Formats: sequence, structure tokens, C-alpha cells
Amino acid sequence: MSLDTWIAIFVSTVVAATPLIYAALGELVTEKAGVLNLGVEGMMLVGAVVGFIVGVNSGSLVLGYLAAMLAGVLMSLVFGVLTITLQANQVATGLALTLFGAGLSAFVGRSYAGQPIDGADALHIPLLSDLPVVGALLFQFNALVYGSIALFFAVQWFLSRSHAGLRLRAIGEAPSVSHAIGHPVQKTRYRAVMFGGACSGIAGAYLSTALTPMWVEGMSSGRGWIALALVVFATWKPLRVLLGAYLFGGVTVLQLYAQGFGLTVPSEFLSMLPYAATIVVLVIICRDPKTILLNQPASLGKGFHPDA
Amino acid sequence: MRLRLEKRAAPSAAMRWAAPLMATLLMLVTGMLILVLLGKAPGDAFRVFFIKPLASVYGIGELLLKTTPLLLCGLGLAIGFRSNVWNIGAEGQLTIGGICGAGVALAFGDTESSWLLPAMLIAGVIGGMLWAAIPALLRTRFNTSEILVSLMLVYIAQLLLGYLVHGPWRDPDGYNFPQSRLFNDWELLPLLWDGVRTNIAFLIALLLAALSWLFTAKTYAGYRMQVAGLAPAAAAYAGFSERRNIWLALLISGATAGLAGIAEVAGPIGQLQPQVSPGYGFAAIIVAFVGRLHPLGILLGSLLMSLLYLGGEQAQIELALPSAITGLFQGLLLFFLLAADLLVNFRITGSAR
Repeated sequence: MSLDTWIAIFVSTVVAATPLIYAALGELVTEKAGVLNLGVEGMMLVGAVVGFIVGVNSGSLVLGYLAAMLAGVLMSLVFGVLTITLQANQVATGLALTLFGAGLSAFVGRSYAGQPIDGADALHIPLLSDLPVVGALLFQFNALVYGSIALFFAVQWFLSRSHAGLRLRAIGEAPSVSHAIGHPVQKTRYRAVMFGGACSGIAGAYLSTALTPMWVEGMSSGRGWIALALVVFATWKPLRVLLGAYLFGGVTVLQLYAQGFGLTVPSEFLSMLPYAATIVVLVIICRDPKTILLNQPASLGKGFHPDA
Repeated sequence: MRLRLEKRAAPSAAMRWAAPLMATLLMLVTGMLILVLLGKAPGDAFRVFFIKPLASVYGIGELLLKTTPLLLCGLGLAIGFRSNVWNIGAEGQLTIGGICGAGVALAFGDTESSWLLPAMLIAGVIGGMLWAAIPALLRTRFNTSEILVSLMLVYIAQLLLGYLVHGPWRDPDGYNFPQSRLFNDWELLPLLWDGVRTNIAFLIALLLAALSWLFTAKTYAGYRMQVAGLAPAAAAYAGFSERRNIWLALLISGATAGLAGIAEVAGPIGQLQPQVSPGYGFAAIIVAFVGRLHPLGILLGSLLMSLLYLGGEQAQIELALPSAITGLFQGLLLFFLLAADLLVNFRITGSAR
């Protein structure tokens, strides 16, 4: 295969991985605060449809992205009110959020299905984008791709270096202790959940405006769930989320180039790869219960209420 | 004055059953509100959604027809949920059940035979169980979340179905449509009475509802699973095997979902198509919760959910609304239920401050 093909594979891997990075980093922060939100898929779908609708009608993708983030935050607030304030079961509520998001997005987006949109353009960075090979490899993506890398550094810094991040992690490990020494457990958890919502929202908008610039019902096709699996796979470490997302991006684009490699497998089987890969990596990581026990935030999935 | 939550000494039994009713009511009110906001007359909307579908014998038949897969999947899922085993891949197990049952029909169905239909049903059940055995095996051996694994397997099952109807199982005389040949009369489940599409799978589902009540209330295995859900530490102390609970929960829910799948394929659909379910396996999760994981409640919950499906179809025809409104209502119902459930464990008190 030619150099151009390899460049194309690399580029589409990065492009396919980007929504996973947003969604998984958002969920990572949520989970670090001790909250398991299984509604990523639903928030992504709502973000996708809202980002698309606002983008088409306003003609501005930036507005679309802002609206998608807001939509994700609103969705996550429903989850937050139910689980943090009303003490509902996190697993059940997350599932409800996903089912609700799928229904809501299909309902709202009905008349927009199949309509085209001017998708996100590649940024043109003077000089850098024009470099031979390197320019094509690294400097011809759309803005959200660079945003995902920036988000990684921000999350990494926040969790490991900032005071607020330290507090958030403490709350995820031991909410009662944190409460006793005066940390605002509920407020921090709300913020973490909302951050996750915003990230899922923009991940969804990326799907409908950049990856495939149109709205299709259920277009996230399990990426929200794969993002959840990525967080486990990454043992709750941001850098591994980033690497894991690129791994999955690679698996996803493999199907596009399989014929180039001389593979003649029915396309359905190639499309199964990301899902099968998710199961395989989960098995590899979870095989040793200690890996999970040592890394998983201790209060993950358990509610906490100062009154109770 | 501010509202405070006060934990009840014991969960309120009355609230446990009042919560689903409150949730249903809230969903109706919110649903009507949405329809009014969309410019529909509230009376019209209510009639189209909840009265029209039930106004004929055929309509009742359709209600029971759609109730069947929801009831089957809901019963199985509830057994797992009761012991904290979260099988959310019933949709995939349903799909595989349909594939396996249809496979038997396509392989042996050309000549009429009375054992064919039972064999199809059994193949469907076994298919569903095998598909659910994957998350069970991975959870018990490798500690892998059954939530994520069972869900990933939904996508894989649907792609497998797509491959079969586009490829090897496509009807050669089918004008290239991606579907299998139509089933013969002897490959279809007998109808309950003339003029409706309801078939004997509904009776099987009712029978299984009774059996699942017996299992939970009267057997030691059912008791062990209940304890494991309510008090995992107590279950571990009593030496109840978690591994056995996981296997049992997933195999049972896989079996009922598989049965639901073949009952759809050998029932109203009558052939294998790229899609064999409009999300029954996911809606059944809501059914199980709304029905309080109790067989009788699940029956009522699946009737309600079935009505939402019919109402959605009716609203599409008469009110020009997208049928996706069904999914919206389903989600709302579960949200309201989860919120109302607060009252089961907590009392809201106003305290002066």
C-alpha cells in the first residue's frame, strides 16, 4: 500500500477516535466523583441531534456545539437530580437516560433525518498544514480533533494537579469522610455529572457534524457504551483513555480498508469488530479482580445523602 | 421552611405499588402536555393514543400481541434484576432466538411436520440462552461487567441477522429483498381466534408469568436470588453462590428473550427480516421496573407498554407525529418511576429553620 493510504488510515483513525475521547473523558471525571452514569449513549444522541439542528438553522457550527453541550448538560442534570438528590439507583437511572435520549432524539430529529449540513472543515494552519507528510498527518484535522487533545491535557491536569480535582477524587473514594471534613459532596458530584453531560453532548455533535455530516436516528450506534467500556479499560486513567480511544478508532476504520489488505469478509462481520473488541479488552482488563479493585473509585455507583 | 428527606425505618409497602401508578399518571400528564405544545388538541391526542387502539377486537388482539414479547422479556429480566444481575441485552438474545428458530424452519420446514414448530421454539430458547451464556461466562470467570458485554452482543446479534438476510438466508425468489422466504402455515404459531393476530405465545407467556411467581415465591433457588439482591453480604455469609445466581439469572432471561424472538418471527412477522423487534428487549427493562419485578406487575406493565407502542403507531397515522414518540413516553415513564421511588424509602418532611 502506498504512503497516501497509510496516511489516510492514520487520519481516519484519529477522526473515528475523537468522539470516544470526549465521551470517555467526560465519563471518567463523572466516575472519579463516584457517580456511574450509564446514560452516555442517550446524552450523545441528544447532543448529536441538537448540534445538528442548531448548526443547520443558525449556519454556525460553533453555536451548534455550544447548544449540544448545553443539551448534554440538561440531560445529565435529569440524571443528577434523580440519583444525587432523589437517591435513585444509578444503574437504572442511567439506562433510563439512554432509553429516553434515544426516544427524544428520534422524535426531535424526525424532520431533519437525511438532510445535509456543511460539516466541520479541516483547519488550515499556515505553514504547518502545508508540510509534506507531517502536514497531512497532523495538521489537517477539524477543530474538535485538536479540542479533544486539549481536553485530555486539561482533565489530566485537573485530576492530578489541581486542588479541586484532588477533592473530587477524594469524594469518589470516600464520600462520607469528605462530607465530614466539609467537602461539598453533592455539589461536586453535580458538577462532575454536568461535565460528563457536556462532553457527551459535544461527542454527539461531532458525530452529526464532522464524522458523518448528517443526522440519522440512533447514529451513535453504541459508541456511548464503548466509551463506558473505555473508562474501565483505561483503569480510570486519562492517558489510557486517549490511547484506548485511538485503538478503538483503529479497529473501526479497519473495516473501511479491509479490502485494501485483501480481506474478503462480509461487511457485517467487519462492523462487528469494535463491539467484539470491546468485549475482548474488558475481559483482558477485568480478568484480575485486583486491577479493578485498586483503580475503581471506591464509592462508584453508590449514592450518598448527607441527610440520610 | 425547607424540605428534608427522612429515611423510613422500613420501605413503605403502599408506596412500592403507588409509585408506578403515580409514574403512569405523571407520564400521561407530561405526554399530553407535549402533545398540546405540538399543537394537538388534548382530547384528540388522548383518544388517538389510548382509546382508539382498544376500540375493536382487532385492537385488543394487537395489544395482546405486542404484550407477549414485552411480558416474556420482562419476566426473565426481573429475575436477574432481583438479584442485581443486569442483563440489558435482551434485545440481542431476542434476535438470536429469532435467528435460531428461523434456522430450524429454513432447514427442515419444506415438508409439513407436527414437531417442527416445537423444535423452532426450543431452538429459539436455546439460542437466547447461549447468547446470554456469554456474559454469564465472562462475568463469572473474568469478572467482566454483564451490562457492557450483554449490550455489545446486541449490536453483534443485529449485524449477524443483517448478514443472514442479506446473504445466505435470503429468499432466492424474493426479488433481492433482504429477507428470508415466508414461513409455511405449519411453521407459524396458531392464532388464538379468528380476526386477530394474537397467537398462542401469549398463553405461553401467561403460563410463564405464573411459573416465575412460583419460582420466586416458593423455591429455594428463587429465595437465594432474592436475598442476593436485597442483602448481598447476608447472601455471601449464608454461603449462597453468587456464581450460580449469575448463571441462573442470565440463562433464564436469555431463554425467555429467545422465546420472544422466535415467537415474533414465527408469529406476526412470518419470516426473517433485517429487524425483528422495535426495541422490545429494551422496553422490557422499563416493564420490569414499572412492574416492581413482580409477575403480576410485569403483566400490567407490559400491557401499558404495549399500549404505548400501539398509541405511537396510531399517532403516526392520525396526528402525523413521529412514532418515536413511543420511546419518549417510555423514557419519561421510567424517569417518573425512579423519582417516585424516593417515597418508598424516604419521607419528605418540612422542617422549620
